[in-house]
Amino acid sequence: MANLTLVQAINLALIQEMERDDRVLILGEDVGLNGGVFRVTEGLHKRFGADRVVDSPLAESGIIGASIGLAMGGLRPIPEIQFEGFLGPAYDQLCTHAARMRTRTRGALTVPLTVRVPVGGGIHAPELHSDSPEAIYTHIPGIKVVMPSSPYDAKGLLVSAIRDPDPVIFFEPKRIYRAFREEVPEDEYTIPIGEARIVREGDELTMVSWGASVIQCMNAIESSGRDIELIDLRSISPIDMARIATSVQKTGRAVVVHEAPMTCGVGAEIATRIMEECFLHLEAPVQRVTGFDCTMPYYKLELDYLPDAARIEQAVADVFAY
Amino acid sequence: MPVETVFETTIKRVSILDEHGRFDEELGADLIPDADLIKLYSHLVTCRHFDEIAFKLQRSGRMGTYPENRGQEATSLGAAYALRKTDWLVPCYRENAGLFWHGLPMEYVLLHWMGDERGNEIPDGVNVTPLAIPIGTQMLHAAGLAWSHKYRGDDTIACTFFGDGATSEGDFHEAMNFSANLELPVLFFCQNNSWAISVPTRIQCSAPTIAQRGVGYGMECIQVDGNDLFAVVKVVRDAAERARTTNKPTFIEAITYRLGDHTTADDARRYRDQEEVEMWELRDPLIRLRNHLDAKGLWDETRQAALLEQAEAHVVDVVKNAEEIEPLPATDMFAHMYKDMPAGLEEQARAMRTCSLGRLPGETIDQAAT
Repeated sequence: MANLTLVQAINLALIQEMERDDRVLILGEDVGLNGGVFRVTEGLHKRFGADRVVDSPLAESGIIGASIGLAMGGLRPIPEIQFEGFLGPAYDQLCTHAARMRTRTRGALTVPLTVRVPVGGGIHAPELHSDSPEAIYTHIPGIKVVMPSSPYDAKGLLVSAIRDPDPVIFFEPKRIYRAFREEVPEDEYTIPIGEARIVREGDELTMVSWGASVIQCMNAIESSGRDIELIDLRSISPIDMARIATSVQKTGRAVVVHEAPMTCGVGAEIATRIMEECFLHLEAPVQRVTGFDCTMPYYKLELDYLPDAARIEQAVADVFAY
Repeated sequence: MPVETVFETTIKRVSILDEHGRFDEELGADLIPDADLIKLYSHLVTCRHFDEIAFKLQRSGRMGTYPENRGQEATSLGAAYALRKTDWLVPCYRENAGLFWHGLPMEYVLLHWMGDERGNEIPDGVNVTPLAIPIGTQMLHAAGLAWSHKYRGDDTIACTFFGDGATSEGDFHEAMNFSANLELPVLFFCQNNSWAISVPTRIQCSAPTIAQRGVGYGMECIQVDGNDLFAVVKVVRDAAERARTTNKPTFIEAITYRLGDHTTADDARRYRDQEEVEMWELRDPLIRLRNHLDAKGLWDETRQAALLEQAEAHVVDVVKNAEEIEPLPATDMFAHMYKDMPAGLEEQARAMRTCSLGRLPGETIDQAAT
């Protein structure tokens, strides 16, 4: 057991999976000698060699397209896209091919790849380094989308993603890459994709979030003095609706928190499903605390854009006042 | 010297059996044994008949949109013949002859155009990827497939097919760059058939040849007469040998022509001259090969008649297999979305509805539907 940051937990998961399975290889921009711009792949090039930790040409569509071929060829590629803002060029390969290959070939060809992507704001980065595009990929059938909020979950979820027989986008909330440490077992464990985690139990209100926002939610809950149940979704697609519904049927109130813009965000889907599953239990309309329907602003205003504890606390107060 | 030439190159073109029937003995003598030549010609004739029947199936409402292959069959067939069965063919959608030679059952292509995914359910051991509808994205998959074999240390390679229009797409360039720089054993086989639906090649490429696009990636490039089966076999065999022994990719531009419309939904008379089509009809790879076989005394009218009869009977069976396949249940659309179906999807599949009303508290959608 070691006390690790989220970056270290991901690094450990990569090392252990590469040692366990020689079909696993890493490719992307700067992932090799440099160990990745966030140092997530630090030391792997030296440990596993240039054939398994590959510095690729600077071409996101190429990285994902080639990974699809590697996966169809029986390997387990882990491509890295350096920032979520550069996922756009790879959208075509992800959605046109990776997501559809299994169903269009009825399982004859499959694409077991894990796309690692740093995601989200809060690190004063240049433009297109702070977005939250998880809803875009959640809308595409055939791709799984996960986002851990803690080092422990990051390791277990990444192992599941790498071993998953289908394409997984593994979003890494860069704001909390090194924000805190947690005990992370050296021993093998997995966290099933599709299972949310109850971070904190409570009877008065259900709060649903994922990624770096979970930390903001914790802060808001502590200062609210309310008995709030916090659910970390962990898997955004598929979504663990049963856990959310059970909780809201108990609490009667729900607030969803995410960094991405509000309209057609994952929060909209969760609110709809709560309305369908928990209609007669609700004491107040489901509230969403999200990024605004604006382009993610340059970093001078990013903290005004991102949901913080104060905005979340206000929403909680509004729900109780309803 | 303030200005000097730092790089010069030439693009070579290979022709063995030209459109006038002249045969280059030096290059072509031992290229294809006579017995194989007869098999290849028979295959071409069968594929041409298949193409005509597929066209008629569309016209009579028995099949959806179909892209005729007529006129460019020698390109993919020459490549498939020159490669090993274990190599990967990563096609676009006008490579029937090569795919069938490589082992794809003919009815699969009909099923694909009949709107049935079973046409893509490639049998085990047949190393082809399904027809690719988006233009120019599949070359990257060929790069990755070739890479997977290099990674494992075997000498299997991949050959990907695309048209002149696809060389305008970004993924084409990324695939070329990846393959050259990472040394991936891929053959990039461009079938320059003059037209991308209605847009002529000059709008895709201002250079005198498409072949020279490979020069910019430090890749071996060659142009070949795509209607000359011998020449295609020669260049693919050489490129495959290079890929197997050095992991170096090759870019091949085969000059051919799409004699038919782009697809059955297109009318090429709107944008190209009939004289151009008639000129290319004279360069038809089937006519050229037939004349060559005749000249060698390997073929005659009796054999031709027997072959046609055989091809017709075979294609009748193929159509029957495609049309008489058992119907799919509607729930089949869910079956292969993921290896393990998520709970929410399973619920939709069981209920075949997405609405939640009409159920009792605690019921799932599917329980209410039954």
